[in-house]
Amino acid sequence: MEQDWIWGLIGGLLIGSGGAVYLLFNGRIMGASGIVGSLVDGSAGGLKWERLVFLAGVVLLPVLLMPAYGTVDTHITDNTAVLVAAGLLVGLGTRLANGCTSGHGVCGMSRLSVRGIVATACYILAGGVGVVLFRHILGVI
Amino acid sequence: MMRLVFSFIAGGLFGGGLFISGMTDTAKVQGWLDVFGAWDPTLAFVMGGAMIPMAIAWMVARKRQSSVLGVPLPPPPSREIDRKLIIGSVLFGIGWGLAGLCPGPSIAALSFGGSGLYVFVAAMLTGMVVAPFVRSRLDKAVPAE
Repeated sequence: MEQDWIWGLIGGLLIGSGGAVYLLFNGRIMGASGIVGSLVDGSAGGLKWERLVFLAGVVLLPVLLMPAYGTVDTHITDNTAVLVAAGLLVGLGTRLANGCTSGHGVCGMSRLSVRGIVATACYILAGGVGVVLFRHILGVI
Repeated sequence: MMRLVFSFIAGGLFGGGLFISGMTDTAKVQGWLDVFGAWDPTLAFVMGGAMIPMAIAWMVARKRQSSVLGVPLPPPPSREIDRKLIIGSVLFGIGWGLAGLCPGPSIAALSFGGSGLYVFVAAMLTGMVVAPFVRSRLDKAVPAE
């Protein structure tokens, strides 16, 4: 547990390196919600294959790393209503805002984008209020 | 072809980083958001760590006309703060807190997240399909924008 922050930092450096590769080679901002969302709403156009291949990499690396870990628990809730509500909110919200933790957070804030900073402040604040409300006050998560 | 190769490398770094950092663990994300519980600082290290190479990449990009593969680089960021950005980010934040998942980690966890994760991803994709209709309604609601 004490080393979690070191793995967080190493993982973060890898995430940022992925964003750097995507920007400097593919010329694109690495945003997970945009990449996934454009594929399901049909707006990806000619970037369809580039984005599908990106997602294949996202799925595949954890598969390759898994043997070194044995098992990994996501601690995901088994409350289906919560999962459906959360998924709908994440999908709708990130596409309305045109970005999520990767696009607005990592890529936007690192170039001091005002939109990235405002979006990140909003989702962290809403997430914090949400967790306190749903966990400590309503007790549903 | 090279674009596909580098897209795959970028995706691999992203997915591997999300996995190693523990961001596919919903308890760590909710633990970071929950300032009244047993606060978990990991997410701050992930975010901070990710911004270091990304900030360097932006500095390099600023000096270039196009990417290494000749693709035009993104224009300077828009400064427009509209209601879609605010409403969308607040809705996203609530969902993020509820499940402890955002889009990237939900995809990275597909191979091991189990049925609960599939339910979340299916709902997320549904929300993404619906979004263009909500977006156009929000645009119509405020003609001044």
